[in-house]
Amino acid sequence: MTMTAPEDTTVEVAAHVPPVDRARVLALRRSPAQGLDEEMRRGSGAAARLREVPFLTQVAIRATPGRDGSLTETLGLDLPTHVGEVAGAGDGNGLAVLWLSPDEFLAVGPDEAESGVSPEAYAGGLAEALGSERGQAVDVSANRTTLELSGSRARSVLEKSCELDLHPRVFPVGAAVATLLGSTGVILWRTGEDTWRVMPRASFATHVVRWLLDGMREYR
Amino acid sequence: MLIIDCPNCGPRPETEYGYGGQAHVAYPEDPHALTDEEWAQYLFYRDNPKGDYAERWVHSAGCRKWFNAVRDTRTYEISAVYRTGETRSETQKGA
Repeated sequence: MTMTAPEDTTVEVAAHVPPVDRARVLALRRSPAQGLDEEMRRGSGAAARLREVPFLTQVAIRATPGRDGSLTETLGLDLPTHVGEVAGAGDGNGLAVLWLSPDEFLAVGPDEAESGVSPEAYAGGLAEALGSERGQAVDVSANRTTLELSGSRARSVLEKSCELDLHPRVFPVGAAVATLLGSTGVILWRTGEDTWRVMPRASFATHVVRWLLDGMREYR
Repeated sequence: MLIIDCPNCGPRPETEYGYGGQAHVAYPEDPHALTDEEWAQYLFYRDNPKGDYAERWVHSAGCRKWFNAVRDTRTYEISAVYRTGETRSETQKGA
């Protein structure tokens, strides 16, 4: 049996579907830690503050550096080459590409509501740029959410349950690594001297928020 | 707590890793040609040295890559790590 392409049916269906109001769709989104807004506000103090930075565009890139077609031109950035390195906006204001492994990277950009660029379309463009080279670019914006922990004691809060050396000598501003916070896998990204992004998987967001809030209690 | 040197990510605590058993156990060229005993030998039997032991580890919470490490089973001291596909340095002894 051969596959036949659907003919006029698709056209007909499309004609009956009203155009999607993207802005309305974006307004209906709920972020993984949205219900904890109030809890995070109450748990924050001068020395340690926690908030969610929801809906950042995230694209998982698998590619071999140097053999990535026109991926780097399309990104406008070179792929990072070693652990901890972030290409582009290391402070999180703009497009950044995080090193996750020698052939795995995470592009993080602003929310679609802000940039006007849909993550699917952006990932599609990157995938196209890979051409015939081995690799992939997939929209994973819903995979992780972003928590921002800031304040003069933010590092102390993280040090309670992260075993890496977070001293600026070892972990400078603009560095990001995949590691464990307690027993939860997260991406830890230092976007400022006293500002950290903690990116847990969406289903771990509640746990990680409450975990960090517990660590923040003594600094409230 | 062991500190294990990932070839990609550098030193990380043991909890970030998964253990994969003895390294360099080659898959049989033609499994169908093996007797049940030989197949069982391949599947279940591993060396159990007292001293250096080449093992596979995976950095599950980091770069998610497999690599090999030579660990002394008496002291837990890891004397070498190397990527899959790389060969152990000639100076390494043991299983």
